[in-house]
Amino acid sequence: MAKGIWVFAEVKEGNVRKITFELLSQGKKMAEKLGEELVAVLLGSGVEGLTGRLAEYADKVYWADDPALSQYTTDAYATVLTNLLKEHQPSIFLCGATIMGKDLSPRVATRLQTGLSTDCTALSINESGLLVAKRPVYAGKAYIEVVCPTARPQMASVRPNVLEMLPADGAKKGEVVKVDAKIEAAGLRTAVVEVVKGAGAKVDLTEANIIISGGRGMKGPENFKVLEELAAVLNATVGASRAAVDSGWREHGDQVGQTGKVVTPNLYIACGISGAIQHLAGMGSSKVIVAINKDPDAPIFQKADYGIVADLFKVVPVLTEEFKKLLSEN
Amino acid sequence: MNVIVCMKQVPDTETLIKIKPDGSGIVTDDIKYVINPYCEFAVEESLRIKEKHGGQSILITMGSQKAVESLRTGLAMGSDRSIHLNDPAFEGADGFATAKALAEAIKKEPYDLILCGKQAVDDDMAQVGPALAELLGLPHVTLITKLEISADKKKAKVEREIEGGKEVIEVNLPAVFTCQKGLNEPRYASLPGIMKAKKKEVKAINLAALGLPADQVGAAGAKTKINKYLPPPSRPPGKIVSGEILEAAQKLVKLLREEAKVI
Repeated sequence: MAKGIWVFAEVKEGNVRKITFELLSQGKKMAEKLGEELVAVLLGSGVEGLTGRLAEYADKVYWADDPALSQYTTDAYATVLTNLLKEHQPSIFLCGATIMGKDLSPRVATRLQTGLSTDCTALSINESGLLVAKRPVYAGKAYIEVVCPTARPQMASVRPNVLEMLPADGAKKGEVVKVDAKIEAAGLRTAVVEVVKGAGAKVDLTEANIIISGGRGMKGPENFKVLEELAAVLNATVGASRAAVDSGWREHGDQVGQTGKVVTPNLYIACGISGAIQHLAGMGSSKVIVAINKDPDAPIFQKADYGIVADLFKVVPVLTEEFKKLLSEN
Repeated sequence: MNVIVCMKQVPDTETLIKIKPDGSGIVTDDIKYVINPYCEFAVEESLRIKEKHGGQSILITMGSQKAVESLRTGLAMGSDRSIHLNDPAFEGADGFATAKALAEAIKKEPYDLILCGKQAVDDDMAQVGPALAELLGLPHVTLITKLEISADKKKAKVEREIEGGKEVIEVNLPAVFTCQKGLNEPRYASLPGIMKAKKKEVKAINLAALGLPADQVGAAGAKTKINKYLPPPSRPPGKIVSGEILEAAQKLVKLLREEAKVI
């Protein structure tokens, strides 16, 4: 019988990403409930130094080291992972609903002929011991609860920032096991020939803690400077509504909404955004929403926890100064 | 260069979604259906490839009779012909079962490239593209924003969005790519296009014609099961922070620090 909860440890720029520890924290609770072991699986090149922190969460850490794993490619990662999953047959496999996790998990699930729930926002174990994955559909206009009744492992990708991250257990020392990657060059069908760093923010919208977004009310690309200044003070990422993106004021990657990114920051500040249903769907599960808009009837105020009815060009610079004062006090 | 485009018909993104009282699904009355916006990028890209390299743009979808409307729209944009997987047995499919049926139908077609949307904006699962690639034994690249086919039509160079930047990837064809906003601007169907589309082929394929056992398609072939539909978590009513600009800003900063505790 399939046993064990496995978490894919995602590495970005030499570090294990926060989502991995969020998954391990959730995995620990579920492993205790099921009486199964919690396993982290780490793939990369020169990643041995990252196993220690994972072992403070997991009962076991499998890690594979191979030059072919230094850069993510679907084939290399899927090959190593499916081999490990076939050999050990865990009951559950979790990864982040990140660009890497969302590329990798459907490939692996299909190769293992099992079920996958993507972009989940909550996980639990039901009375039959099945993983129940809660996830938004219609960009958050509704939610579904999904189970994978018979195929194994039950797979899910989970959004960053939605699960609680527990502190590491310093006394815990999970077993660290190196495994052979067994990658054959002929099996690698895609080659990354270049990686181009964006000029934009260092934190992507999907994992940003704070997002400042601008819409049609920004009136032009040059005016996003006022949002950038506020973002710099709050260490936030700047987003945009579809109206702003379609007007060519911001990059496509900045768009928040049903045909852009669905985001879940702790704080979302919407500036000059009226709140089209597609936009509200994309940011409606943010923890706290602030709306700044001249139009008191703008639908965005229906979703907002706090609203200021005023000209954003007058409010935002003052807010920037006030936040600066507040943050310099401590 | 034959390009197969996988399409899905979905509720217009303007749609308000209502859940049935028993949580078994959504209320579909009065919903206006459109081509999934990400599939439109795939259709457009197939037409640009056809215009440059020749060959056919072939649409495929799985869905009820209604889905023919979306195929006709794609044909009106300029695709050459279409395939419609339509059988009650296909209903209730998850990503795996959908990919399984599509793969079976695509195996019977000549193709050099398969394009999908990055996800359908109804179930938002984002699985069918990679799953289809796996079932057909092909490589895939997700979230592409640029596509160049080599002169010999044997290779593609694509750009894909990653967190904080982009990757440039080379891959031999055939392959499966999932399309993302930024790849192109989909054209509108022209009036002559709409007229021509009426005469273009919509080939219906039912379970018998597809040739898969009934337990491998639809709900029977699905690996996952939806227990129930739920409304989104409700939000408490918000407050308007009033006062002159400075006063309101100061109040808001205080509320975010002391009440919401997010700063």
